[in-house]
Amino acid sequence: MRWASAPIDDRQRVFFANHTSHLDFILIWASLPARVRRRARPVAAQDYWESGPIRRYLARKVFRAVLIERAASGTDRSPGERGREAVARMIEGLDREDSLIVFPEGTRGSGDDVGEFKSGLYYLWRERPDVELVPVHLENLNRVLPKGEFIPVPMLSRVTFGPPLAWAEGETKEAFLERARRAVQRLGEA
Amino acid sequence: MSSFDDRELLWLLAGVAALLLTATAAGQVLDRVVATPSGRETVDNVNARVRAWWVMSIAFAIAVASGGVGSVVLFAVISLLALREFVTLSPTGRIDHGALVWSFFLVTPLQYVLVGIHWYGFFSIMIPVYAFLFVTTRLVLAGETAHFLERAATIQWGLMTCVYCISYAPALLLLDIEGYEGENAKLLFFLVVVVQLSDVFQYVWGKLIGRHPIAPAISPKKTWEGFLGGIVCAVLLGTSLWWITPFNPWQAALMSLAITLMGFAGGLVMSAVKRDRGVKDYGSLLEGHGGILDRVDSLLFAAPVFFHLTRFFF
Repeated sequence: MRWASAPIDDRQRVFFANHTSHLDFILIWASLPARVRRRARPVAAQDYWESGPIRRYLARKVFRAVLIERAASGTDRSPGERGREAVARMIEGLDREDSLIVFPEGTRGSGDDVGEFKSGLYYLWRERPDVELVPVHLENLNRVLPKGEFIPVPMLSRVTFGPPLAWAEGETKEAFLERARRAVQRLGEA
Repeated sequence: MSSFDDRELLWLLAGVAALLLTATAAGQVLDRVVATPSGRETVDNVNARVRAWWVMSIAFAIAVASGGVGSVVLFAVISLLALREFVTLSPTGRIDHGALVWSFFLVTPLQYVLVGIHWYGFFSIMIPVYAFLFVTTRLVLAGETAHFLERAATIQWGLMTCVYCISYAPALLLLDIEGYEGENAKLLFFLVVVVQLSDVFQYVWGKLIGRHPIAPAISPKKTWEGFLGGIVCAVLLGTSLWWITPFNPWQAALMSLAITLMGFAGGLVMSAVKRDRGVKDYGSLLEGHGGILDRVDSLLFAAPVFFHLTRFFF
């Protein structure tokens, strides 16, 4: 575990990371200092975490996840509507003084490259500019527990927390999302 | 029988403690005296290594003193940590996941169970025969042919070095040597002390007078001066410990020579692997030393050779 920025106090934050494995959230959560950890809630896909009693129990009671509908999930509402709903739920979480852990790629990637970010992070940032956005890079977790596997292999992995993103006045959505994506990717190169 | 009944072993462990106390004291003195930046770096590194040596020595002392089970468990843990560092660096991917799960959770524990129940006939062939064939089969069932030979060879090589070779150290406890019954823990002590102090001697001689690198492309810090000085010292040390072994002084000298030469070979080979993967250390588990593989690399080749030499001749 590495901290690229100063040791963290317990102010409200959104941690955003590349997504490669089911263990991603648990590793970030475990790496946080206890005071920060207590108020950190993961943002997770409703269709996945509501599909069975064990998952539902874990998501609701153990992780206290903020469950959102993914654009790809098969309901009859439009993607835009679902997106707004998702952002509204995340903001609701922030307004309850919680910190959030989000994976803006939306799905687990191969681990080699950081995929394009969904726009939810941008709306979150615009609605609540006073909340710090902290980039987090996860390395090797895709090899510990790849997509579709159940037993983890105990490989060494690394989580790197970066310095919070600076506020940029009048930045477009695309520019912001690309800047955020790069911030995560750069942590992996260091 | 608990090895605590063995007076000699207690004296040996006390000797290790005395050595570490001396090293700690010397480190404190150097810490006061040395002021140049490069000197500081060396002193800080040496002191970090000494601290890690305390932890390793205490773990080893507990394992050896507890007799068979403790040693088997300690080396099983070392194997798992070493394999973990090795696999992390190796170019295995998602498709190899199944084979890796079997390697970590079946092959490694099984190997140490075989050592623990003293089943020499199976312990000595399980990985070279059965795991060798099984891993290849599991990989082919995963259905990916790209880099097949590389992936199979990497996993097999990891099992051979990190598990099979290391397991020969606690396997010393299963040897039946006439007139030495119940004293095998000291044989393990002999191997580990000669291997590790040979590393230390080579490091010290290399730092003091090392000029001519042996293999600059692989490990620029290994020098002829360090190599020769280290080997002479390690052989003298091993010879002086003949009374704890079933060997006479000459035999102890030759055994020590074999151990140090194999230790050197193992260290060089594991350095070549690191070079190939573009890293300096296997990990950061042991402060000042790097990963666990950086510490046991010399044991890898020395343990099986020492085991078989002892088994053939004694």
